[in-house]
Amino acid sequence: MDPLARYDPLVDDPAAFHAACERPLPSVVRVNDIKATPERVRRAFDDAGVDYEPVDWHDGLFRLGDGEKPGNTWPFVHGWVYGQEEVSAVPALALDPDPGERVFDCCAAPGSKTTQLAALMDDRGLLVGNDNNLGRLSALRSNAERCGVTNLVVTRQDARNFSLKPLSGEPFDRSLVDVPCSCEGTVRKNPDALEGWSMDHVEGVSGVQKGILGRAIEVTRDGGTVVYSTCTFAPEENEAVLQHALEEYDCQLVDYDLDLEHVPGVTEWEGEQYDDSMERAKRIYPHHNDTGGFFCARLEVGA
Amino acid sequence: MTDNDGQRFDRLPATADDREVEGRATRREVVDWWVERFGLDRETFADYTFWEKGAGKIWAFADDLDSPADVEGLGMTFLRTRQEHWKPTTDAVQRFGPEATKNVVVLDEADARAFLRGEDTDPEWDGDWGYLIAAHGIAGDVEPIGVGLYLYDELRSQMPKGRQRDL
Repeated sequence: MDPLARYDPLVDDPAAFHAACERPLPSVVRVNDIKATPERVRRAFDDAGVDYEPVDWHDGLFRLGDGEKPGNTWPFVHGWVYGQEEVSAVPALALDPDPGERVFDCCAAPGSKTTQLAALMDDRGLLVGNDNNLGRLSALRSNAERCGVTNLVVTRQDARNFSLKPLSGEPFDRSLVDVPCSCEGTVRKNPDALEGWSMDHVEGVSGVQKGILGRAIEVTRDGGTVVYSTCTFAPEENEAVLQHALEEYDCQLVDYDLDLEHVPGVTEWEGEQYDDSMERAKRIYPHHNDTGGFFCARLEVGA
Repeated sequence: MTDNDGQRFDRLPATADDREVEGRATRREVVDWWVERFGLDRETFADYTFWEKGAGKIWAFADDLDSPADVEGLGMTFLRTRQEHWKPTTDAVQRFGPEATKNVVVLDEADARAFLRGEDTDPEWDGDWGYLIAAHGIAGDVEPIGVGLYLYDELRSQMPKGRQRDL
């Protein structure tokens, strides 16, 4: 059975949803504003004959033509661009950090969102990129260095009991909680994504997600912002995790702007009821904007 | 004076008078080196802190932490000291090199590609020997590629293996 069929009751157009999940995804690059402007990247691509088109909702994202490999271009060598799926640019925009703030990316590797956060911060302030896997941390470091990021502190901790001790004990202004998930929304990029799918895995990873989100809320200051995101559709990993946070921690879901087609989070799933504020979360299905699938919610702490 | 502990991040002393670890470069020396070697504006580094981890490996960090810092990475690898000729990193010349006003060798496209493959080239250069910023023209301006060692009329590419590419 296709695991994605379980979401048919949630999706506005199941046929379009399944058709989109079957199509491969174009390569997309994000302009790294620390080192370049969208204009300069366009000019370099034009001069080199790279086939690309802009996306309409974000001037720093370019979809590349079939067969274009972003890793083999001068803009990549210079750290001007980063290969990043279009919807994966959403959570850093939702977090919306300012230069000079203290920002936490608790599951950071390999670093597409971390480097995007650094650019949004103008490479100023303190950005903590954490991961618990040494190999993935090494990818994070090399990606950050290629992008010219200098405000990043890399830590290796279990995000569920992250300690502020190495960071002078001060809480964060903003935290990005882009958790490990069952990755159903990446099926267009990786057709094997659903091969190991099981309800047991979804429920297991949901427990980990609750632990990570809870700790991120605890290390974020009162009035601070937490963004929770996954690249999966399962409400067990999305709304149910947020519901747990609303019940256990001092936080609430808040609205944010997004110029991509999306639908609200769900308030009911397989007999479970979730808080009405779940509608402030956003679900992005692959057929909405011809992208991968994504879930993203913004929380305010201590409000 | 104590010995350097290569396993942790220690903030560089501001000046030689503040030095407590044998042979450790000072903040002043590190900034002076970039200003003198590449003509960078000293102000570029005003808000940075500098750290040593490993023997002579200097990191540039845009913010500050308590020293020593018990973390895996702190800003960007910046400069190799504790050797006769200090050597900038590829990351640092890419990040700060666009503002350099001297010791920048601008390669033509064929040489730029050879440099990126890690090959030696023979560009026109009658300036200083030693570590230079190798750059090329792209999209209307000069952009650094990496570090070259200029000796005996040839430029030896210092592109790290993992950053070499055949475009």
